[in-house]
Amino acid sequence: MHDPQQRSFGGGDLIYRQRRPVRLWHWINALSVFVMLMSGLMIFNAHPQLYWGQYGANAETPWLAIGAKDDAGFLKLGPVTIPTTGVLGLSGGVERAFPPLVTIPSSYDLAGARQWHFAFAWLLVVPGLLFWLWGLITKHVQRDLAPTPAELHPRHLWQDIKDHARLRFHTGEAARRYNVLQKLSYIGVLFGLLPAMVLTGLTMSPGMDAAWPWLLDLFGGRQSARSIHFICAALLVLFIVVHLLMVVLAGPLNELRSIITGWYRLPKEKAR
Amino acid sequence: MTIVTRPVLTRRRLIGSIGAGAGSLLLSGCDRIAASPTVQNVLGAGEGLTFRAQRLLSDRTALAREFSALDMSPVFRTNGNTAPTANGYERHAAEKFANWRLVVDGLVRRPQSLSMAQIRTMPARTQITRHDCVEGWSAIGKWTGLPLKLVLNAAGVLPSARYVVFHCADDFDGDPYYESVDLIDAYHPQTILAWGMNDELLSVGHGAPLRLRVERQLGYKQAKYVMRVSLVASMAEIGAGKGGYWEDSAGYQWYAGI
Repeated sequence: MHDPQQRSFGGGDLIYRQRRPVRLWHWINALSVFVMLMSGLMIFNAHPQLYWGQYGANAETPWLAIGAKDDAGFLKLGPVTIPTTGVLGLSGGVERAFPPLVTIPSSYDLAGARQWHFAFAWLLVVPGLLFWLWGLITKHVQRDLAPTPAELHPRHLWQDIKDHARLRFHTGEAARRYNVLQKLSYIGVLFGLLPAMVLTGLTMSPGMDAAWPWLLDLFGGRQSARSIHFICAALLVLFIVVHLLMVVLAGPLNELRSIITGWYRLPKEKAR
Repeated sequence: MTIVTRPVLTRRRLIGSIGAGAGSLLLSGCDRIAASPTVQNVLGAGEGLTFRAQRLLSDRTALAREFSALDMSPVFRTNGNTAPTANGYERHAAEKFANWRLVVDGLVRRPQSLSMAQIRTMPARTQITRHDCVEGWSAIGKWTGLPLKLVLNAAGVLPSARYVVFHCADDFDGDPYYESVDLIDAYHPQTILAWGMNDELLSVGHGAPLRLRVERQLGYKQAKYVMRVSLVASMAEIGAGKGGYWEDSAGYQWYAGI
């Protein structure tokens, strides 16, 4: 392997790790996902109950509900009711499922939130499709994101999970590439969560249901699609939290530099 | 004895107040960005793109899913106005709508005035479809009514007409409810003026004696208590000009296919 852009494998060297389309897509996507999540929470606030099946309204029993009753906020998950005053249902004296701090717009504005949500959906979908195309054509997906069979071996996977739990990250040559947990979560978001978000979103559109009736069969109805849309959004939030945590733990300045400029300093090998 | 408590700035309190400060700054910042005309224009362009993309992807006559009787909601909730008082509605309801007339006017060759008895003897279409409220809930019901296309053909739509406006008997604080669709949705085979629901005559709560069903759009387009169908070239002169009560009053999107 001959690469003029790096001089030694020992670690401590700057390597060009993130190509421009990766960095560009990352930041466009960060913006659109941020707006989509916050406007989505406002839209959810208009009817903070989730159902399974083709239909679902106030007469049906939701599997998830957020609300306020007798001056107390609650989250109802199946038969379990969790008090959430101050966070969900009721906060700052306002009865609202998700509080103003996390919604776009901050006031109750369903029409405004829909306007934001659907405009930024274009910024999610179009760059996302272009990134898919670029990633597959340049083999970024196949080379950098797809785990190798050796990496998928249970022993290797377990070792990587243990290393992560002990906050022992790859150094030196091994840090040139994404580790297997990283690969799996990126692949999962790029080819699992994000397409699921978009397709379940389209299933909620009565116009799209007429154009593509298979959407309703794929997700088992509009209300099921709404539930899956919400669950996928929650998983996306979980991904973002872990992603940011990893950035902080792995060296935030180095990680930020690599996603802004592309250049990443290989962590020096440490004696264990 | 008085106890004077002084605010002690602990680390937790400091972090808390920085957090709250940043939060409210972020909130007012976000709302200020949202209110700027440039941002509103960009968001509006997104809405236009969505409308055109949906029209491009779906055939003019692509049907909304029709369900079986087993799929129907046990309870179909009512929404919006459920007991109008304007336009002599209560008298009409007491008379079982015997003197209710549907007026068809505007850019047509032969303006119409149809009684409910006439309408109920005209050809009808029955469909079990899903009603989607913009808020997120859905209910499935069975609708029977007169295809709007037949009404439009009887009236003879002039080439200058672009929209069909539905004027309703109900109002919110004196602002009359109205809605509008373009001619593609007006001529769609599932677009009906429904007078029956779930094998009975339409109830007052659901829009008796006539309500619009335009199945590829959201609930607020399904105008209830329809008195007049008017063909127009532009919506500029009607209400605040945005094509519907909720569009005018709260900024809801005119195209409600999403």
